[in-house]
Amino acid sequence: MAELIDRLFLGKLGNPVLDQRDDSGVFQIGNSYVAFTTDSFVVDPLFFPGGDIGRLAVFGTVNDLACAAATPLYISSSFILEEGLDMATLEAVVDSMRAAADEAGVTVAAGDTKVVPSGAADRMFITTAGIGLLRTDSGRPYLVSGSLARPGDAVLLSGTLADHGMAVMSRREGLEFESEIVSDAAPISGLVAQVLDVCPSVHALRDPTRGGLASALNEIARQSGVCMEVEESAIPVGEPARAACELLGIDPLYVANEGKVLVIIAPEGADAALEVMRSHPLGRQAVRIGRVLESPAGRVHLITPYGNRRILVLAHGEPLPRIC
Amino acid sequence: MCLAIPMRIVSLEGGEAVVEQSGVSRRARVDLVPGLAVGDYVLVHAGFAIAKVQEEEAIETLALLQEMSF
Amino acid sequence: MRHIDEYRDPEQVRKLVAAIREADPPPMTIMEVCGTHTMAVGRYGIRQLLPPEVRLISGPGCPVCVTPQADIDALLGLAARPGVTVTTFGDMLRVPGSKSSLEAERARGADVRIVYSPTDALETARRNLDKETVFFGVGFETTAPGVALTLAAAARENVPNFSVYSVHKLIPPALSALLSGEAPAVDGFLLPGHVSTIIGTKAYEPIARDFHVPCVVSGFEPVDILQSVLMLARQVKEGRAEVENQYRRAVTPNGNFAAQQAVEAVFEPCDSSWRGIGVIPASGLKVRQEYEVYDALRRFGIPEMAESPEPAGCLCGEVLKGRARPADCPLFGSSCTPAEPVGPCMVSSEGTCAAWYHYGGE
Repeated sequence: MAELIDRLFLGKLGNPVLDQRDDSGVFQIGNSYVAFTTDSFVVDPLFFPGGDIGRLAVFGTVNDLACAAATPLYISSSFILEEGLDMATLEAVVDSMRAAADEAGVTVAAGDTKVVPSGAADRMFITTAGIGLLRTDSGRPYLVSGSLARPGDAVLLSGTLADHGMAVMSRREGLEFESEIVSDAAPISGLVAQVLDVCPSVHALRDPTRGGLASALNEIARQSGVCMEVEESAIPVGEPARAACELLGIDPLYVANEGKVLVIIAPEGADAALEVMRSHPLGRQAVRIGRVLESPAGRVHLITPYGNRRILVLAHGEPLPRIC
Repeated sequence: MCLAIPMRIVSLEGGEAVVEQSGVSRRARVDLVPGLAVGDYVLVHAGFAIAKVQEEEAIETLALLQEMSF
Repeated sequence: MRHIDEYRDPEQVRKLVAAIREADPPPMTIMEVCGTHTMAVGRYGIRQLLPPEVRLISGPGCPVCVTPQADIDALLGLAARPGVTVTTFGDMLRVPGSKSSLEAERARGADVRIVYSPTDALETARRNLDKETVFFGVGFETTAPGVALTLAAAARENVPNFSVYSVHKLIPPALSALLSGEAPAVDGFLLPGHVSTIIGTKAYEPIARDFHVPCVVSGFEPVDILQSVLMLARQVKEGRAEVENQYRRAVTPNGNFAAQQAVEAVFEPCDSSWRGIGVIPASGLKVRQEYEVYDALRRFGIPEMAESPEPAGCLCGEVLKGRARPADCPLFGSSCTPAEPVGPCMVSSEGTCAAWYHYGGE
């Protein structure tokens, strides 16, 4: 996938905005600094503990804007519906989107709907796009980017990993299991805003969604040309999520999260950032998980509880359950 | 080649059990391990209990390790 | 997590690492033959914890990796048929045959479903009587009993649309074959703990005796693996060649009789082709004649197939036999990666090359 994006999309569509490779494009319109993003949602099943495709679709886009240090303002929503999808399902999803938009403080400003023949889509796909404004100080924008991480920076994580991905798996046909695991889907824009209010030295923000923490760290390592080093024993994973991962043979570091954020910040700002995060409902378990090093550039290192080191590579697909 | 995790038997009915580990539970077949009781731990592989975890052996293994002085 | 975390304790790991050094092992090569061990060694960085004298290599322990391409191609052929649902463990989804994979076929519209258990596959059959459900039976002795029971249940209930494509393989014949050929210098075997719950420790006694190779049946947590390495180091130092049991909390000398019976009722041993190695006599399981209706090979008339050679440059055969490391292969990391695997050792996430790639090798 990464290769496809590089070769085809960036190759043919590339420009200074897109080439930043952040989740949101950031550019200037007049005196305003605008963040603009889009995302598609194809989750199966549509409904899972703690959420549904609609909720995901809204928060996914809101969170990408938040990770550009922008205040999310307006979103659009496009539906591709498989013919024969029952009305009750569609209504439930739309209701959920409305509630999510209200929760995130964004307005749905545009939308579209298409129906495709039975079999051409898996019940429902949703694409959202969103627009937000960066904060400025005397005309200068507070810019963050995956390319701005610097050696010495602290790596902070807002809370426990793997809840979303394992909540979805728990309801997937053929894999079903019972647990207390609930998707963490939530808008992190409020938490991020509080951190930015207090801390002037945030360099990068990233929500570890598809591909999990490992992929998010790899992307930043590559964009910034640095090494990201994290300590396994510092990384929080809830007990049920951990047990579910053990059962299915899945690595929690690669599982999607939908309500968490990575904060890469100058070392002197780390303590204050953690305090602010912990004062927010979505950041109670915020913790420092590692640091940024100069080299080897583009690599992510994991220090095991035994003091040895291994490399965390970029995921090349959704984690699959295994029996071997 | 064999991912199996120890899970505690929560309920038993004929050849099927509900097994649990740290807040995760699912049903598992217990036909391959006779003589089980609620509270026993079994290794579960691909939905089947393949062995009972022998508590005494586990305690002995850990005790032996504890005794090592390094 | 009970019965798991105790065996991951950093203090215990530290003590065992010190004990291994204290045992002053001579230069020795230990082979593990279980994909789950390969993964565990990578995940916990076991190689980095061992003294340089102790070398840990991987053998043919990944059932996904040793499944012949021809079988994958045959299964893909079935998946492409409109009236067929293929059910599989997640491990097989991305494994490439000669031209495609289950995942690629699914993207093209084939009905391919991941299941956690063969019982889920049988349930799929019951719920979709208008289609054929084929279950891809991959795995060693640990997995075969559950598949056997499921097949027996299908027969008892006369489920009309269920069959198993068995590519199950057996470990002890593979160990003998490995040691009988131009064996790598293997000074000891770290034996698969969960296969051993089924077959028992006694099943390996001929190996230890006839080839004078120390064996330890090992669990999968870092404490288990390190304790097993310590036991092997002591055997080598003392000139012993026995089968010892580190995984006493789960493994017994005679194994699981009920499981062995379940397998015997439904399957019989057959000669089997191991990708990268070749045919090993009596190393596979095929469905017995009485159950032929539930044998996908017979049901769909799948012929005996010749195995195609691996692409030029691929060193998987040598890697699987423990005679080469992934880094020795010219294709490793360049034209052969997890995203685009060339040979079997890279195809499965617990294949030797995939594990090296993922965890950074030595």
